[in-house]
Amino acid sequence: MNKPIRTIAIFCLLLFVALMLNATWLQYWKASDYDDNALNRRVIEDAYSQQRGAILVGDEAVAESVESDDQYDYLRTYPQPFKYAHVTGYFSFYDQTGIERSENAVLSGDDDLLFVNKLVDLLSNKSGKGGNVQLTLDPDAQDAAYAALEKLPKDSGTGAVEASVVAIAPSTGKILAMASLPTFDPNKLASHDFGAVQQDYDRLSQDPTEPLLNRAIQTTLPPGSTFKIVTAAAALSSGQYTADGQVPGGATYQLPQTSGSTGEIDNEGRSCGTDEIPFAQAMEQSCNTTFAALGVELGADALREQAEKFGFDQRYLRDLGPQAVSQFPEEADEPQAGQSAIGQFEVRATPLQMAMVAAAVANQGVLMRPYIVDSIQSPSLETLRQTEPEELGEAVTPEVADGLTQLLVSTVEEGTASPGAIAGVTVAGKTGTAQSGDPDVPPYAWYVSFAPAQDPEVAVAVVIQSAGIDRGEIAGGTFGGPIAKAVMEAVIR
Amino acid sequence: MSQSGFVMGFVHRRRRGAELFLLLLALAVGIGAYAAVGIGVEGRVPADIIGYGSWLAGLAIVAHVVVRVVAPYADPVLLPAVTALNGLGLAVIHRLQLAYDAGAPGPTGLPQKQLTWMTLGVVLFLLTLVVLRDHRVLARFTYTSGLAAIVLLLLPLAPGIGKTINGARIWIGVGPFSLQPGEIAKVLLVVAFAGYLVLHRDALALAGRRVLGVDLPRGRDLGPILGMWLISLGVLVFQRDLGSSLLFFGLFLVMLYVATERPGWLVVGSLLFLGGAALAYQLFGHVQNRVNIWLDPLPYYDRTPGSFQIVESLFGMAWGGLIGRGFGEGSPERVPFAYSDFIIGAIGEELGLTGVIAVVLLYGLIVERALRAALICRDGFGKLMATGLAAVVALQVFVVIGGVTRLIPLTGLTTPFLSYGGSSLIANWVIAALLLRISDQARRPVPEMAGTETSDEQADEQATQMVRMVDRS
Repeated sequence: MNKPIRTIAIFCLLLFVALMLNATWLQYWKASDYDDNALNRRVIEDAYSQQRGAILVGDEAVAESVESDDQYDYLRTYPQPFKYAHVTGYFSFYDQTGIERSENAVLSGDDDLLFVNKLVDLLSNKSGKGGNVQLTLDPDAQDAAYAALEKLPKDSGTGAVEASVVAIAPSTGKILAMASLPTFDPNKLASHDFGAVQQDYDRLSQDPTEPLLNRAIQTTLPPGSTFKIVTAAAALSSGQYTADGQVPGGATYQLPQTSGSTGEIDNEGRSCGTDEIPFAQAMEQSCNTTFAALGVELGADALREQAEKFGFDQRYLRDLGPQAVSQFPEEADEPQAGQSAIGQFEVRATPLQMAMVAAAVANQGVLMRPYIVDSIQSPSLETLRQTEPEELGEAVTPEVADGLTQLLVSTVEEGTASPGAIAGVTVAGKTGTAQSGDPDVPPYAWYVSFAPAQDPEVAVAVVIQSAGIDRGEIAGGTFGGPIAKAVMEAVIR
Repeated sequence: MSQSGFVMGFVHRRRRGAELFLLLLALAVGIGAYAAVGIGVEGRVPADIIGYGSWLAGLAIVAHVVVRVVAPYADPVLLPAVTALNGLGLAVIHRLQLAYDAGAPGPTGLPQKQLTWMTLGVVLFLLTLVVLRDHRVLARFTYTSGLAAIVLLLLPLAPGIGKTINGARIWIGVGPFSLQPGEIAKVLLVVAFAGYLVLHRDALALAGRRVLGVDLPRGRDLGPILGMWLISLGVLVFQRDLGSSLLFFGLFLVMLYVATERPGWLVVGSLLFLGGAALAYQLFGHVQNRVNIWLDPLPYYDRTPGSFQIVESLFGMAWGGLIGRGFGEGSPERVPFAYSDFIIGAIGEELGLTGVIAVVLLYGLIVERALRAALICRDGFGKLMATGLAAVVALQVFVVIGGVTRLIPLTGLTTPFLSYGGSSLIANWVIAALLLRISDQARRPVPEMAGTETSDEQADEQATQMVRMVDRS
């Protein structure tokens, strides 16, 4: 009977090896996955008993842990709660969002970068302290963005404003401002009164205006006329058009394969000539007929290719999430290509995406990866890791970028984007009014710009999803333009 | 060395000194862990450390002395391994009790009860060794054991004394105590299987035909395996006890294979097992539930019945990481029943992967020593019994630790020697005693000339029997 006993011995060996491998898999390789799970109370309870690192903007902390004398040792506080809520996110007993989540390892001190600090703390028997996260945000730009959003009249129905601003530095991809309305108070969610936290969370998550949403990166809307920058880029890149040359014009344009008013595109009364008009005029007057015709001529594939060079259909944001992906429709026939060219049909973009389009044009056609974490610091403020700017690719050639800049400058100086003009500074910009597709929902107002046009320091995208504005006033950047202007001024000055 | 010893090839040394040394290490683990719990949770060495330590040491030393007298050639590693596991289990249960006393929901008085059960277990261990001087005596009780095992398995279903606890009807109430007769039944089943198979192995092994290179057994010989399969299914269906069902059937399969030396039985058995498992999955909601939770536990976290227990345990083990949080630094009390089925989760959290691997290796050592005893044992009954007992430990450890760490679907079983529970602890101490007895017999030098003519009639008879058994293996 010894042979089968030996076989059984090998079988038992395999069972025990399997147990040990599985335990190693669970406790070594998968451990951080489980630790990061939002359901995991152990990590949270532990986090409440040690000093979590601060989130810094400029020299000031926008999230920090202060000593508390209740059942836990430290309380997370947010000194400027509403302005930075969507960036910092909240740190509650039940969940974390924003930077609190994406940089949790650093803030909690578990990151490998902080290994030496942790070891020193362990040996000196002190309770560990987390590392700090320095953001790229410019406090002046953020102040300007939030203040400008706050000035928008509230929607009579919901009693809220749904809008968002994002600004980036074109040459590096640093995010300089990121604000959204409606917003919330993360202090209430970080409270140690868990019953109140749950109540507040329920209220916020059930609010139809979605205050917890970081609209700058989590909401995609049709970009409307601001997408004409992409269409113009594709047209110039095709070599068939120049910024100084002529493009198709006309008061109306009948999309191919259609007949009657459903397939007819007009310019809502703006002056778009007859047969051919200068490219500059088409951009200044935001001529739907011109860009629809260009879209049909270039085709959906060329438009998609150009859009993807600007970052559509991709996930590029690494240090904040979750990121909604901006989309150009996968399948589009000729009339749909025409509609897509003016930012309708199934084109969807986040405010960050449109800011990146402007930034790439501003940066001689080179698209930079946007980022919001500037550096990671030890508890003693020693820099442990500095984020280096990274190129995502060349969206357009420098020549095309110059052409686009020229078109957009004249759109601000001569055309529809004039509300964004700044005295003494050359601004390049484009307005957009996107049909929501639902007759009961008013259109979305966009404004995309960068400045100074010769040596750009900032690119901005503004979207007003819902506010107390009449339909008639939404067009023309009446409300979006001044917001972008305020943010650009804050950065340049 | 005598001529016969030389012919037999090798005579084992007693190694009782080694056992004593290892036993001291094991006590250091148990008592050290108890002290560490005090320091970690309360900030000081427990006040009763001397009394507690003396009691534990007393049990171990008495066990050692008795083994020295009645089983001098017994394997020297088994007793220390078992003592270390039991001591560690006590310390972890003590740690959990401190958390329960501090307000976490849980029972009271666990460490005291467990220490009482351990004492009773050691007493039964000693009784077994003293009374049972030759394991072959048990072969006389083949059918008695089998019958007793079936009665014990049926007891929880009997109205009046059977109790359903946590959805499984595997308990009986005797006065103030709750017992799990299934734990005792597994020892009796090993005895019954060993006795039955050693008699019928020839019939089971020789008849049959060859299909695709595998010797398949005769139809009429399928009787016992089908019977055992039905009993296992019965346990599954009527007692809703997946773990025991798997354990009994696996045990039977292993012993059948070892007795007949025919892999064909494994094929037939595995097919039956898979069929039974598939059937159970189709028919029973709770089985489907277990499998779904196993595949993806997180979505079931908040549901009832849900995965709260296993997910909390997984979180705990992940939180423990490589070296663990240290006693008192984790939250093992978050896991319901951390002191019984999920004790490995508590160990993983506070002692880390290091602790878990150490525990698994200790079990591996026990199984390995048991199989070694089976290999060198001179009689078929002893071989089968040692293999069966080893398989019980190996399968039980695999099923419960594998279930808790999400290697396989979770089925409730106690972790031998670690988990809180009287029936389990006592049964496992008896298993340890039986293994020591078999290894003592196996390692003991052949008392008289084997294979040579002697005048001593008794020795001759004994030796003849041994040679026959050796030849067969």
